[in-house]
Amino acid sequence: MHELSICQSLIDQVETLANENQAVAVKTIWLQVGPLSGAEVPLLEHAYPLAAVGTVAENAQLLIESMPVRVRCRTCGEESVASVNKLLCGVCNDYRTDLVSGDEMILAKLEFDTQAH
Amino acid sequence: MCDTCGCNVTHGNQHLVTGDGKLARTEDGKAAITVLQGLLTENDHQAAHNRQHFDNREILAINLMSSPGAGKTALLEATIEALGDEFSIAVIEGDLETENDAQRIRDKGVPALQISTGSACHLDAHMVHDALHHLDLDGIDVVFIENVGNLVCPASFDLGQHRNITLLSVTEGDDKPAKYPVIFRAADLVLLTKADLLEVLDDFDPAKAEEYIRQLASEVPVLQLAARRNVDIDSWLNWLRNEVKEQRKRVKKKLTLRPAIQPEGSILHSGHDHSHDHHQPHSHPHTHDKPHSHS
Repeated sequence: MHELSICQSLIDQVETLANENQAVAVKTIWLQVGPLSGAEVPLLEHAYPLAAVGTVAENAQLLIESMPVRVRCRTCGEESVASVNKLLCGVCNDYRTDLVSGDEMILAKLEFDTQAH
Repeated sequence: MCDTCGCNVTHGNQHLVTGDGKLARTEDGKAAITVLQGLLTENDHQAAHNRQHFDNREILAINLMSSPGAGKTALLEATIEALGDEFSIAVIEGDLETENDAQRIRDKGVPALQISTGSACHLDAHMVHDALHHLDLDGIDVVFIENVGNLVCPASFDLGQHRNITLLSVTEGDDKPAKYPVIFRAADLVLLTKADLLEVLDDFDPAKAEEYIRQLASEVPVLQLAARRNVDIDSWLNWLRNEVKEQRKRVKKKLTLRPAIQPEGSILHSGHDHSHDHHQPHSHPHTHDKPHSHS
């Protein structure tokens, strides 16, 4: 249940950015989260409102893009889709691969209002 | 996860940064910015600061992770007994409640600081930073950080350590690495603990456990031992001796090291010529060489 800590950290970042850009309200927050980041998307979605209450992002919509698990093979050089507990090359089956995508836990984009309505 | 060196820019989000600038304004005073920062940026900055703190003193910092009861404290007790004359060791203990583990370590004559996390399921870099202020690190060679027993959450938080060790006791099942891939991927060393019980367990195959680890694209060493009986602990002790030596070499070369997780990331972070240089003096409102009054 470390998703609440992650959301609190997210809110800190969002507040700083909102402040820098003279935002009056944050409308949308886009995250990118891969399954190998260790954070669960549904848990982030549940924890977010608790962290956001009383902040400039209180009514923001949280949009989380789940990132695919992809690896590049160090042996054959090919890139392929993999699963969280089988990071093998989809082409030659070698285990010596590097993760290309799947461990992201990133604040990608923010949209906010800069005028009071 | 560092917003200045570009390691957050992955294959999946590259298209976002190759756009036409950061801030795009729309009608009605709406504005959008592309950020691409790790969600734990603040933690990661604190962790880098902790690492700097260790490096300044040539200390090797090791984070121990496992499920509760896998034998982290027993490993430390055996290690202190075996290497207590060779190295000065200090321990930071993370638990939800009690001072029990710190007391076990102090009973071995080693300074230990207990962090009681309350309901928090992991340690983070800020907690470790606070703990460092309460530990006398003069002359210390190795700091062990015993994380909260939990195979999920601790894997996501950099504490400022140089190496991660994930312990898997043989009573837990050899498929744990497949069930908890994140924490096993983060390991620089996997220790199969309580291995003296293998002879009475028919459902744990060390070769299978290792195979599950390899399937995570991990080449980490996997060692077996039984710390409470001092069985097969030599390989572990030699691994540790070698790491202490490597840390001293790195410090002399003004390099540092982040624990495993992703090879490309650690290469980026061990370098010295990107803008996020952890060897620059920090402009913090405090120094570590003076006594602290903590609130």
